[in-house]
Amino acid sequence: MEFAELIKTPRADNVVLHRPFYLAVEGTLCLTGHHLIFSSRRQDNAEELWLLHSNIDSIEKRFVGSLGTIIIKCKDLRIIQLDIPGMEECLNIASSIEALSTLDSVTLMYPFFYRPMFEIVEDGWRSFLPDQEFELLSSVTDEWRLSCINKEFSVCPSYPPVVVVPKSIDDEALRKVAMFRHGSRFPVLSYYHKKNGMVMMRSSQPLTGTNGRRCKEDEKLINATLRPGKRGYIIDTRSLNVAQQARAKGGGFEQEAHYPQWRRIHKCIERFNILQESLIKLVEACNDQSHNMDRWLSKLEASNWLTHIKEILTAACLAAQCIDREGASVLVHGTEGTDSTLQVTSLAQIILDPRCRTIRGFESLVVREWLQAGHPFQQRCAQSAYSNSKQKWEAPVFLLFLDCVWQILRQFPCSFEFNEQFLIMLFEHAYASQFGTFLGNNENERSKLKLPQKTMSLWSWVNRSEELSKFQNPLFEANSLVIWPSVAPQSLQLWEGVFLRWNRPSKFLDEAHEEMINIIKYNKELQAKVNALRRQLAEMETDDRMQENL
Amino acid sequence: VENVRLLDRLSSRKAALGTLYLTATHVIFVENVSETRKETWVLHSQISSIEKQATTATGCPLLIRCKNFQVIQLVIPQERDCHDVYISLIRLARPVKYEELYCFSFNPKLDKEEREQGWKLVDLNEEYNRMGIPNNYWQISDVNRDYGVCDSYPTEVYVPKSATAHIIVGSSKFRSRRRFPALSYYCKDNNASICRSSQPLSGFSARCLEDEQMLQAIRKANPGSDFIYVVDTRPKLNAMANRAAGKGYENEDNYSNIKFQFIGIENIHVMRNSLQKMLEVCELKSPSMSDFLWGLENSGWLKHIKAIMDAGIFIAKAVAEEGVSVLVHCSDGWDRTAQVCSVASLLLDPYYRTMKGFMVLVEKDWVSFGHKFNHRYGNLDGDPKEISPVMDQFIECVWQLMEQFPCAFEFNERFLIHIQHHIYSCQFGNFLCNSQKERRELKIQERTYSLWAHLWKNRANYLNPLYRSDHGQTQGTLRPQMAPCNFLYKFWSGMYNRFEKGLHPRQSVTDYLMAVKEETQQLEEELEVLGERLANLQKSQLNDDKVRSKQQDRSKQLGLSTSDNSLANTPQEYSNDLKSFPSRSPSQGDEEDSALILTQDNLKSSDPDLSANSDQESGVEDLSCRSPSGGGCLPSEDSGKDSDEAVFLAV
Repeated sequence: MEFAELIKTPRADNVVLHRPFYLAVEGTLCLTGHHLIFSSRRQDNAEELWLLHSNIDSIEKRFVGSLGTIIIKCKDLRIIQLDIPGMEECLNIASSIEALSTLDSVTLMYPFFYRPMFEIVEDGWRSFLPDQEFELLSSVTDEWRLSCINKEFSVCPSYPPVVVVPKSIDDEALRKVAMFRHGSRFPVLSYYHKKNGMVMMRSSQPLTGTNGRRCKEDEKLINATLRPGKRGYIIDTRSLNVAQQARAKGGGFEQEAHYPQWRRIHKCIERFNILQESLIKLVEACNDQSHNMDRWLSKLEASNWLTHIKEILTAACLAAQCIDREGASVLVHGTEGTDSTLQVTSLAQIILDPRCRTIRGFESLVVREWLQAGHPFQQRCAQSAYSNSKQKWEAPVFLLFLDCVWQILRQFPCSFEFNEQFLIMLFEHAYASQFGTFLGNNENERSKLKLPQKTMSLWSWVNRSEELSKFQNPLFEANSLVIWPSVAPQSLQLWEGVFLRWNRPSKFLDEAHEEMINIIKYNKELQAKVNALRRQLAEMETDDRMQENL
Repeated sequence: VENVRLLDRLSSRKAALGTLYLTATHVIFVENVSETRKETWVLHSQISSIEKQATTATGCPLLIRCKNFQVIQLVIPQERDCHDVYISLIRLARPVKYEELYCFSFNPKLDKEEREQGWKLVDLNEEYNRMGIPNNYWQISDVNRDYGVCDSYPTEVYVPKSATAHIIVGSSKFRSRRRFPALSYYCKDNNASICRSSQPLSGFSARCLEDEQMLQAIRKANPGSDFIYVVDTRPKLNAMANRAAGKGYENEDNYSNIKFQFIGIENIHVMRNSLQKMLEVCELKSPSMSDFLWGLENSGWLKHIKAIMDAGIFIAKAVAEEGVSVLVHCSDGWDRTAQVCSVASLLLDPYYRTMKGFMVLVEKDWVSFGHKFNHRYGNLDGDPKEISPVMDQFIECVWQLMEQFPCAFEFNERFLIHIQHHIYSCQFGNFLCNSQKERRELKIQERTYSLWAHLWKNRANYLNPLYRSDHGQTQGTLRPQMAPCNFLYKFWSGMYNRFEKGLHPRQSVTDYLMAVKEETQQLEEELEVLGERLANLQKSQLNDDKVRSKQQDRSKQLGLSTSDNSLANTPQEYSNDLKSFPSRSPSQGDEEDSALILTQDNLKSSDPDLSANSDQESGVEDLSCRSPSGGGCLPSEDSGKDSDEAVFLAV
């Protein structure tokens, strides 16, 4: 297919661009296969807006006489308006945008066409390989092994080719366990807590069904993670009710009788459509132009977004607490083990593991616990808050995770190497990107699409020092401790950086941030100067002394 | 009373055993734990209510709510003791004479001269001079010399030059409590001004020539403009109802060249109830997100804050952008009018956003113009219907602005919180009584100390590290977003959940930056010294005479480098501290080790009398709010952390 076929009017002049907090700008609009480009015609400082078609969530058109107006709502939540003279041009442009922003085939997406303008220092596709992770693990314990059982994605289509499992469990047993778990997602290692050797595993629900099927190998596998005489916790991210209902469909949960050494705790983290609706309502509230203070608070409340944040954080804190405080191992699962499970396991690691609070460590966490763990990014992030379609696979699961990280970052502003911008950047790229990192739903699909060969990795771009400097938190002081966030309503806030990003003036806050950077930069400069002088003095003094001795 | 238990509000499992003391001024609780002997001090004047609850098996619970939003729950073993404490506190918390208040016994060990200096720190005449007054248009009037015209006004009042004593007195007779229009703020760049008064006694049709002349005089004092705004900060309905009582608002037909404007800020009773409702929400034990947001909205608190802000923004805009003078009033002109005038001044003039300027502002718009501190904050036992968080609201408005303009204020959040504390504490004389007249009669300045001097002495603790006097945000008028930015107004947990340290961010950016800046300063000094030494050394190397100077230098260096190291190590030292924390048995489920709370130490050092009041422990997250038991889960299966623990303990 040629993109040109979809573009009937590639260019329109005298288009007026409206954005909140900016003056309207007149200029030229161009459509290319992947971008909408607006360029002001002013000579002095020509302003350009480049918008990826894949970033467009929905468009609306209106006509007043022959002046057409297109309102474009983006997945990053921004809304822009274009006034386009000429009914036909406007209609053409609108239909092109519509078609180009909803391409069916992944291979037509921009990452397959994007050619980086920067020098590639490090191939991000090879930055976080499971073997490297495992090497770190095997330096502290020998109770685990890398299993290649899923080499051709033959056992579990949503798992990566290699997974970490208890050494005492052979591949044959794993195969049997896979049959007993939803989508074959048998329990694998998610996190090893060096401090006390406790572990966090994740899986999908067991397929007990209504007549209470059991699987000896499954029991053996998860018991293999326990220390003698110790107990563990199973954190089921569904409410007991939901878990019980799941039995009717062949799913279920671990019965006490068969897992006597495990205690099950039910938390209730909502699923896809409920989360998606919550996001839609929240963004609606944020964009509400009414003047009434009360309406704002009740709409915020009605969206339930912060309730979800609180639930997810609470479950993650509980998992972290079981591991660090109770000295117990933990197994986390919901139904499929690809959404709420990953929210809990990844947040628990942020709380427990200082490494995950560094930039590199956080990237590695996203790779391990989201990309390799098979969170279906393509399905979940196909649409954002302005979607009209009621497809049921979209959900802001990853955005909720990022929001929770932001909440912890806000409570521990000096304990993270990265800043809020880093999280916002990840949110943007998960929904629309020039990089291939978030394409596909799992490693299986990614390897079929040959993404590492055909597209550029987000990490190749981010981890260059030019980019990294934008994402560094000037307040960072390595904190080796476990950090326990508060989940009280008073402590949780709306993530303005994402949800009010386009409807609040940010000038003063940006200035404050800059001021902060300058204060710290100046301090570092002085420190360097003082150290240099001290060194110089010391040298001169020793010279002196030597002369004296002579 | 011995063997009293102080309960932790968030968790019933964490109770401290100790001894309760009642002194003439404080309630003091001292923990039994020998190595810490942690003390909790509460001033009697901070007590807002005391509640005796039903006796339980463990003893008799006593709930003390404080005006600084601290809630203290005590359990006293003996019913009789509890009753005695209760009765005494009721009496002690409601003094009937000013002389009983803490400020008359409080002695910070300053001599007479220092005390007098303290009171001179804020000088309103100086302030009006700073504004450029007296000038061609405005003058000081001695018409209220002996409080003869208006007993709630100061003796020195600034009025338009063309307003004769006759006009002023005439106008005062036409205004509630004789509070005639007087100058609050003057903008020397464009001659526009903010004046304040009470409502006119217009009834349905009454007029007063002198009052009309007075407003005319205000307009004439601003030659650039041909009208003035008259802003009535009340809701229209309230103002109209007042007409039936012979009061009301200005009729545009009778006054030449005024534009009349209502801005609906509710009255003190509505505000009192609103705060009450919000505090109930803050006190909820492990509320859900919905409970909290619903409660917050239901209280209407943020709506009221926004109304005050909007009024201030309107006036600041009229003065700065339109160059039009504004007369502000409400009913009596000492609550809403004070709020709105001071918010407008704060927006208009960067000086008021400095620490000193803010003191001046409070002194000008609140203290001197007869805001009824005693009645509003219940310092002496009085009519509970007079109590209302008027000044609290103003302080919150400042905080909301600080959130929107992080670099614009010289002071930080702590400064505001401490001022709020002292409105109620009666530890200093500034906010005593209802008017200047009463304060003079009581000889406050000779008998008590000034809060401003105290805050000024400790100003290093109140600095906003992001403030720079040459920064763009510190210049000119602040222009906050007007509606529809409702989301700009946020719940202030730092104030209303002030004592629940566990709810606040565990690391304070402000404190961190303050430490960095302090270190920077030391580095600057060291750099200078090192530079000198280097120069000396070079010189001495040239000359052959070196030994002596070097030795001197070396000793100097030692002193310096240690002080520097200790600073550079602040964060590490901090975590070392934490590591040395006794590790706890897991069954306790406590989460001490992560509590990186820089604030506490700073609070302690910054204001000893304050921190003594606050419960210093914690900063530690409590589990009961982390895993709300019951939340939709069946109790048999799950969950509250307590039950898990129980299992573990049994094993």
